[in-house]
Amino acid sequence: MASFTPLSAAIGGALIGLSAVMLMMLNGRIAGISGIVGNFLRFPRGEWSWEIAFLVGLVAAPLLLHAAGFALPHPVMPASWTVIVAGGLLVGFGTGWSGGCTSGHGVCGIARFSTRSIAATLIFMATAMIVVAVTRHVLGAAL
Amino acid sequence: MKTILAGLLCGLVFGAGLVISGMTETQKVKGFLDILGDWDPSLAVVMAAALIVVGVGYAFARRSRPLFAARSLWPTKTAIDPPLVFGAALFGIGWGLIGFCPGPAITDLSTGAPSVIVFVAMMALGMAAQNLWQRRHAPPPALGNEPTLEASRG
Repeated sequence: MASFTPLSAAIGGALIGLSAVMLMMLNGRIAGISGIVGNFLRFPRGEWSWEIAFLVGLVAAPLLLHAAGFALPHPVMPASWTVIVAGGLLVGFGTGWSGGCTSGHGVCGIARFSTRSIAATLIFMATAMIVVAVTRHVLGAAL
Repeated sequence: MKTILAGLLCGLVFGAGLVISGMTETQKVKGFLDILGDWDPSLAVVMAAALIVVGVGYAFARRSRPLFAARSLWPTKTAIDPPLVFGAALFGIGWGLIGFCPGPAITDLSTGAPSVIVFVAMMALGMAAQNLWQRRHAPPPALGNEPTLEASRG
């Protein structure tokens, strides 16, 4: 547990929660990122604009924080393009099919005590843990 | 215009939360998923803090109309059906392979890294493919010109 950062995790988590509450109180919407992205890919329904603005805000946030002295994100990605492509397709198809991701099911859904979202969260967490266990500890891959 | 500014503000706060909590780092997310390794419970703390804020905030939000919309779109689905189960499982495989779920992946487009751009493009392609597939096999009932509740999830 050498890398456990409870304070920054709690502050960041509270901000994520605040954003979800604000989006519901202002625009009356669930802060589900896969749903917001997915809506672009459907036919226009006249509801695009705030969703584009939300995604612009996501991308702009690290840049603004960087200007304030925070480090830019530096995600470590797998060396294999095949794994990156497969991972992206799985995340996109899976969240579309189950109607939610970590934010929509994991935060907004569980906060509503939705058993559907609790089930989805348990399933994607368990599956992801199995995948990491297999890739890191069985196959020994540096993913 | 107000909904657009609200969307931008909410996106900024959400993105800041992801950066500050460290969830924009795939290795930190994988540290949480790696229960057999040097386990990092940070992601659980992020979720717990978010859940407390949203649990309390939604209780208030339910009592009133949203400021800039005619009404709130609360999800109504309750069934734990095969799409939910299989979709969540596929998502979990992708999440475990990369350490990215949709929010952090989009936020990390700020790095300009080709690997992140490819991931997000493939994620969008996966969502579009799923949407097309769903339309072909189970055409949804006509719901007028309004986003479905399903569409606002996620």
